[in-house]
Order: sequence, then structure tokens, then C-alpha cells
Amino acid sequence: MDILFPITPTHYLALSAILFGIGTAGVLSRKNIFVSLMSLELMLNAVNLSFITFARIHGDLTGQVIVLFVVAVAAAEACVGLAIVIALFRLKENVNVDLFNELKD
Amino acid sequence: MIETVLFYILAAALIGFGLMVITRTNPIASAMAMVGAFAGLAGLYAMLNARFLSIIQILVYAGGIMVLVIFVIMLLNLEPEDLQRMRAKGFVVLLALIGVGAAIVSPMLFCVIPNKDWANGSVSPEFGSMASVGAKMFADHLFPFEILSLVLLTAVVGALVLAKRKL
Repeated sequence: MDILFPITPTHYLALSAILFGIGTAGVLSRKNIFVSLMSLELMLNAVNLSFITFARIHGDLTGQVIVLFVVAVAAAEACVGLAIVIALFRLKENVNVDLFNELKD
Repeated sequence: MIETVLFYILAAALIGFGLMVITRTNPIASAMAMVGAFAGLAGLYAMLNARFLSIIQILVYAGGIMVLVIFVIMLLNLEPEDLQRMRAKGFVVLLALIGVGAAIVSPMLFCVIPNKDWANGSVSPEFGSMASVGAKMFADHLFPFEILSLVLLTAVVGALVLAKRKL
């Protein structure tokens, strides 16, 4: 029981690891490219959570500044990723990742 | 005590919404679950004295990125049969969760759990406010901040080039 509370930064890091795992499982197991993109965002957010936890542990704001940068890069990534999805949809009329195999042969 | 209760509520909501994101057939449902997960994360950020970032999390992720995703999902308007073909297969998702849990999450947890004595420490009430984060960013990380504007510009131009039918 005494591992469950009081809440320490360790709990936040464990939660971050679990969330990262859920995101990875989503990327690996789903065929829908939208769900893959969203799982990717979930992984980024899990990493952000551990950055903020470490900022809190060390009392240093650098972790929070890096999270701000990660949020901006995630916005750029989402925008380019969705543009690629639109371009692929024009080509295949579908968003199933199994159909995007032009480079295979 | 209140912190413990809040943490477990937010953690349960976060994991529940995360699992919903990767199991729903309809991508709109996934996106809505994702918004819920972002709200839970914003709460956790606020509990970790990151007030400014918890607001940014809601504004940028829930208000910006997810709206963009939902726009594109609705724009492409997929057929229900196509969505059925791409639905989450229970044992594949379970297999992925178990595999990732064994290969990635459990080693991380074994590194993290023994150090549970990490002090929470005390920080000044200014820690994580907009003024202090801004001062830190513009004092020590000015160059990355400037480069970021180029990254965003490149992303906007790149997205236009990729998605436009005819240039």
C-alpha cells in the first residue's frame, strides 16, 4: 500500500511510461492512419509529462521550456502529417496503411 | 490527501482515454477521447506547478491540433465499410499492449519504482508562471526559439505544397 501513496514524482514518471506504452501499441496495431497519428501525439505527450516531472523534481524551468518547444514541433508535425494524409487519400481514396506500399516493389 | 485522490482520478481518466484512442473504430470518437486525454494531462501539469503549460496544453492541443485533425477526418469523409475494415482487432491490440508492456514499459518501471524516495522539494510560488517560463526561455533558449519560427514556416509551406492539387 505504501507504494501507492503519498504521491511522489515517481508516480508521474510511471504514468508517463504507461501512456507512452499505450501510444506505441496504438501505432503498432492500428491500420487507420488517423489513429496512428493520434497515438504518435499520445507518445509525445507522455514524454512531455516526464519533462515536466523532472522540471518539478529539480526545480529547474528548462524542462518546461523544452515542453513548449515540443508542443510547437508537434503542431508542425501534425500539420505536415495531415497534408501527407490528404495527398495519399487523393491517390488511393482510402487511409488504410496497408494500401500505401508504392515503395515496396 | 487531496493530491493523491486527484492524481488517481486524472491517471485513471488518462489511461482510459488513451485506451479509447487506440480501440475506437470511428476516428472522430478517437479524436474526442484524445481531447479528454489532453484535459487530463493539463490537470496533471497544473498539479506539477506548470500552470502556464497546462493552459497551453488545452489551447494548442485541444484547441488547435485536434481541431485540425477533426477537420481532416471530416473532410475525407470515409465510408463506414472502410472504417470497419480498419477497426481495432482485439487480440492484435492486446498483443501489442503486452509486447510493448514487456519490452518498453516494464524496464522503465523497474528503473523508476525503486527511486520512490525522490523528494518533491519545494519551489517558489512563481515556479511555472508565464513570467518565469518566459524569462527562462528568452534568457537561455533564445536561439532555439528563433529557429522554431523557421520550423513552423517550413511546415506551413510544406503542408501547402503537399496538399495543394495544382501549384
